[in-house]
Amino acid sequence: MSDNERIAVDVRDVVKRYDDFTALRSISLSIADNEYFTLLGPSGCGKTTLLRMIAGFEHVTEGTISLFGDDLENLPPNKRPVNTVFQNYALFPHMTVLENVAFGVEMNGESKTIARQRAGEMLELVQLSQFLARKPNQLSGGQQQRVALARALAPRPKVLLLDEPLSALDLKLRKAMQLELKHLQRETGITFIFVTHDQEEALTMSDRLAVMSAGEIQQLGAPTDIYERPHNMFVADFIGETNLLEVSVDRIAGGRAVCHLRGGHEVICPAVDGIGPGSKVHMSIRPERLWMSKSPEESLSFCGCVKENIFVGTDITTLVVLDDGPDFIVRTSNSDRGNRRLFESGSEVVVNMEPGAARLLAD
Amino acid sequence: MRAQFDIKTYTGFRAIALVCLFILYAPLIVVAVYSFNASQSLTNWEGVSLRWYADVFTGPESGKFKQAARNSFIIATVAATVATAIATLAATGMVRGGRFKLRSLSFGLISLPIMVPEIVLAVATLIFFSSIGFDRGIMTILLAHIAFCIPFAYLPIAARMQGIEHSYEQAAQDLYATKRQAFTKILLPLMMPGIISGFLLAFIVSLDDFIITNFVKGAGVETLPTAIFGSVKQGIKPNIMAISTMLLGVSIVMVTISFFVSKADAIR
Repeated sequence: MSDNERIAVDVRDVVKRYDDFTALRSISLSIADNEYFTLLGPSGCGKTTLLRMIAGFEHVTEGTISLFGDDLENLPPNKRPVNTVFQNYALFPHMTVLENVAFGVEMNGESKTIARQRAGEMLELVQLSQFLARKPNQLSGGQQQRVALARALAPRPKVLLLDEPLSALDLKLRKAMQLELKHLQRETGITFIFVTHDQEEALTMSDRLAVMSAGEIQQLGAPTDIYERPHNMFVADFIGETNLLEVSVDRIAGGRAVCHLRGGHEVICPAVDGIGPGSKVHMSIRPERLWMSKSPEESLSFCGCVKENIFVGTDITTLVVLDDGPDFIVRTSNSDRGNRRLFESGSEVVVNMEPGAARLLAD
Repeated sequence: MRAQFDIKTYTGFRAIALVCLFILYAPLIVVAVYSFNASQSLTNWEGVSLRWYADVFTGPESGKFKQAARNSFIIATVAATVATAIATLAATGMVRGGRFKLRSLSFGLISLPIMVPEIVLAVATLIFFSSIGFDRGIMTILLAHIAFCIPFAYLPIAARMQGIEHSYEQAAQDLYATKRQAFTKILLPLMMPGIISGFLLAFIVSLDDFIITNFVKGAGVETLPTAIFGSVKQGIKPNIMAISTMLLGVSIVMVTISFFVSKADAIR
């Protein structure tokens, strides 16, 4: 985020405590106008609590949340120019689709005519014009999802909050909705704050994301940043699949850390702040940056034996038991089958590592 | 699999079901059928006739019954309306009031009158009215009915409300509705099936009440149940069966309304 962009939502040192439980410990983050921002984390990490505090359903124990510079603290939910897409959609069951979408516009002070007109436009945008007169329970899950989206967008909020809105949809529909959401965000220019526990969803859709766990932000950055350069064990493990190896750091020189694995292999990787010589830490190697061969093809390679090949569609995941040291997961693209990158289980193989693939992780 | 665990396949299911249905409905059917009897006698069948229905409206006791019916319907309508309003507020407070001290105790207290023997309530209500010097008449009946109808109205309303997720009101407030608008435009319509059931239940309970009414009514003021009882004391005549059948008809109408209300329910 560059400095000249306007900040839509500014969260400063926010703490949320319930009676004897701290849900959020001093969270600070800034979300830019027009940004598609994702809060990602396992259940119970506090991401939904943070979203509900921005919406106004929960009070802030300490710290401030401001929207385009205005402190939100004393504004009730109905005075905040933000709208929410709820996880269970919360469509009003006694109203038609059109009435549902028009509701917020009308409550916001527009006339009934304008509200209906705007609702009609929004429903066109989400391609539900033919269902105006239906009741929500006469729609499929995916259609209800789109009504919920239209309803939240119709009053033209400054920020749209989405609380795991796709979690109830099946995989195929979810993928389609991910694209649709992304397009809607570009079209409307509204800032989206999206909460999910699905790391793939977060990586696909977000401009930036915050990975949260135990009430804290573990890492904040662009999807590629977080995937390629995880800061710590939690992020490396939570985002995608990875090989975590114990290493000892021998020395650090010129921004490079020279480490060795338990089996004695030497690995050189970029130095990380806070990890000095002598530390025993973990190293992450993504499985797609490893490949198998009959004889060593890289300076860093490990000998082992194929235990299992698991077919996952586009890729094949191979579990390799190393002769000395931990097991490795190696991912081979399905298109590499012809290139003899795959070996039967039981075969002796060499696992080669791409230079620069290893990342040191803080605990 | 399903057929195997279907209770209809259990030995004796059909017999027990038929016995239960017979015990429940045989007396009602006998009364309804014999209300159309042409005979003076309660038990001898002499052909179909509407003479006892005519007797109810034009016979020697018709004035008494008309007045009693008018009282009963006025009392039932007013008592059920007031009790339903109070019960709706009580349910809103109890179910949406979050956690507060003595919440479970309050739940118990609201439904207690249903468990207490009615005769105890009747005596207590009578003592209460005479101790504050309230003259017995139609007003005492009305107040007593409002009081004992509240728990009957409360139960379906509270049950309904527990089934309404908080997220509807939150969504309404998120969409710029004030708390009052969220209540009147979202919560109240969603509660309506419960409110209607509560009203109908309270209405029937009030219409049907004998014991409390008999204690607190003043001299000369009758409701249908007390008028019927008074008439029966001088011997059962077939016109009682005609009145009973008409009351049964009212109940059936109420139950039917209740059924269609819950069937048209948006949440289910």
